[in-house]
Amino acid sequence: MATNNNNYIAELVGQYGKNRTSLMPILQGVIEKKNFISDQDMTEIAKELDLSAAQVYGTATFYSFLETQPRGQYIIRVCKTITCDMHGKKTIVQTIEDMLKIKAGETTPNKKFTLLETNCLGWCHEGPAMLINEKPYSGLTPEKVHDILSEYMHK
Amino acid sequence: MKNTKKDTKKQINFTIDGIQVSVDEGTTILEAAGQLNIHIPTLCYHEDLCVAGNCRVCVVEQEKLKSLPASCATPAAEGMVIHTNSMKVRLARKHIVELLLSEHNADCTKCYKNGICELQGLASQMLTGDHMFLDLVPDHKYTIDMFNSAIIKDDSRCIRCQRCVRTCEELQAVSALGVAYRGNNMKISTFFEHPLFEVVCTNCGQCVNRCPTGALIERNYIDQVWDAIYDTNKHVVVQTAPAVRIALGEALGMHPGKIVTGKMVAALKRLGFDSVLDTDFTADLTIIEEGNELLTRLKKALLDKDPNVSLPMATSCSPGWIKFIEHTFPEFLGNLSTCKSPQQMFGALVKTYYCQKRKLDAKNVVSVSIMPCTAKKFEANRPEMRSSGYKDVDFVLTTRELGIMIKQAGLDFESLPDEHFDSLMGASTGAAVIFGTTGGVMEAALRTVYEVVTGREIPFEGLNITAVRGTEGEVREASLKIEKTKPEWKFLDGVELKCVVANGLAHAKKVMQDVKDGKAHYHFIEIMACPGGCLGGGGQPIPTNKDIRTKRKQAIYEEDMGMAIRKSHENPDVQLIYKEFLGQPLGHKSHELLHTHYTPRKRY
Repeated sequence: MATNNNNYIAELVGQYGKNRTSLMPILQGVIEKKNFISDQDMTEIAKELDLSAAQVYGTATFYSFLETQPRGQYIIRVCKTITCDMHGKKTIVQTIEDMLKIKAGETTPNKKFTLLETNCLGWCHEGPAMLINEKPYSGLTPEKVHDILSEYMHK
Repeated sequence: MKNTKKDTKKQINFTIDGIQVSVDEGTTILEAAGQLNIHIPTLCYHEDLCVAGNCRVCVVEQEKLKSLPASCATPAAEGMVIHTNSMKVRLARKHIVELLLSEHNADCTKCYKNGICELQGLASQMLTGDHMFLDLVPDHKYTIDMFNSAIIKDDSRCIRCQRCVRTCEELQAVSALGVAYRGNNMKISTFFEHPLFEVVCTNCGQCVNRCPTGALIERNYIDQVWDAIYDTNKHVVVQTAPAVRIALGEALGMHPGKIVTGKMVAALKRLGFDSVLDTDFTADLTIIEEGNELLTRLKKALLDKDPNVSLPMATSCSPGWIKFIEHTFPEFLGNLSTCKSPQQMFGALVKTYYCQKRKLDAKNVVSVSIMPCTAKKFEANRPEMRSSGYKDVDFVLTTRELGIMIKQAGLDFESLPDEHFDSLMGASTGAAVIFGTTGGVMEAALRTVYEVVTGREIPFEGLNITAVRGTEGEVREASLKIEKTKPEWKFLDGVELKCVVANGLAHAKKVMQDVKDGKAHYHFIEIMACPGGCLGGGGQPIPTNKDIRTKRKQAIYEEDMGMAIRKSHENPDVQLIYKEFLGQPLGHKSHELLHTHYTPRKRY
């Protein structure tokens, strides 16, 4: 596991270089590989780029899409901002919680889904909206959410 | 010459509060106002650090501009008309401070910084009174890191000005602290919010010295020391570091650069310490041990051609530097002198030699030290610092903590008479005094080593080796040619002793990286973790900045020049202890009590 770890960081560093400006693409690269950045990943990156671990941690935590804790295979992000909230975001979250048997912020035991609330996704005109990994879904109703999630559950 | 060069700089003409000014291009509004003695309040700004411009407390009004620019971050421009005290400015500043307070745990009476907090000072100046903003503190989950023997980090008092983050990165190249998360969740954090003792923090305390609130403070041991003093069964010995005597006055309302050695001794006696002694004594002892260690290593390298000898040798007096090298360059631990710092040598001798001479039982002796340093608190707690069989130094107080104790005792410091250190481990030399400034350990060592090797005094006027006197913000290299040695040091004849002096860990890192890369070749390296050396230590009075450090430095060299004895090997107490107790430098007893070993630590 540990050697594996080194490999993909080294690969990313080889691809983007050791400059401080390479930090972002490297972090994004880790997310692409395994959907969260572990503390070992961060120390490895810090070592390669001659940064302190706290600096890498700072950058990773600044961006909400750079996850720093283990997440499920599919990360569901429901928009929590005011327009979606007024369009019934609460029932959407409730529907997902009921279906997956987890609360917002949690991950299913089989590590398939993580449910999060997020800031504005820019779909205010079609709220409520959510993202599953990188795919947006808008105009949500409990029924629609049911159909979408069922599909993912069988993936 | 300098002046003409300055004159050629483009001049900017503009107006502040109706006064026409002309300043060099690039001067900020804040600096220009300062030149006119107009005081603009600041919080995130610090002379030692880069401009952040994030607190907005220093805003001013610029005519024809709708928004209020931050004066610390705005260079003066031709024809600008600036108002620093208009209604708009005053109201904005007040709101800014109130907004900061709405997220600040302002239970000031329970705060260590009560009375010297910069935020509190602004609040009182602006008469913030009833805030118009919601108090957000109760809704926030804050972390308080109290697991460290030297530094306490309380996020509930943090205003996120990031002085600490900039200090840790720019001055120390450590970056144990960073900025994590975003927006209202933003916080000053270590890696994964681990406690400070688990990360690369060196405990140097430079952040503590710069924190404008009580978010980063030293762990204070004032009550424990009072308890020891009041305990009639305890014999309480106190030692004072060289850099304390030239800065303590500042903590008690005096101007920077005052030498207060005599008053400090008088104050300590009145506080009730049973014996007031001088760390200078073990600074001199350090020079004897370290000087001999250097000569031994040189002999092994040059005469015996021993391939295993570690050169360059680096000084080991600064505990911040020690922890830094343990984390960052663990492969060079063999290059550190094995000498303990003067504080720890002193502690080990108090509970052995001193007790023996004074016929005391070491278990009834409490050893206290007054240091310009927070890292010394960590050092005293290291497990290897118990060679007397007891904890060698029980409590470490900073210069600031001593200032508080003197105030608590109701002493009028300025009017105290000058008194002398007690005898037995109280004698000092000029060489020991300069331990408090960058380049001082090097100079003291050279004064002794040169004389040991050649039998002659070092050939500089007034023993002042100005070439090794470190300067802030630079790495100082110097070399000294050794000629006409005594017969037993023949192998050193004609050798050019290469030295380097650095202060501030950012410069230390550069020196070590150059050594590691084979770009630099030295025999002897002196590193002090703090800018300017111990005189700019993390435990020194607040504020500390370049101007103040310069004054403290002048005071140190003044004190050196004023000493009757200026070479460590001529310290009578040092000569006595070798005769009566230690035997010889690097002898068996020395190794047992005065030398130590180091622990490799992880950088990541």
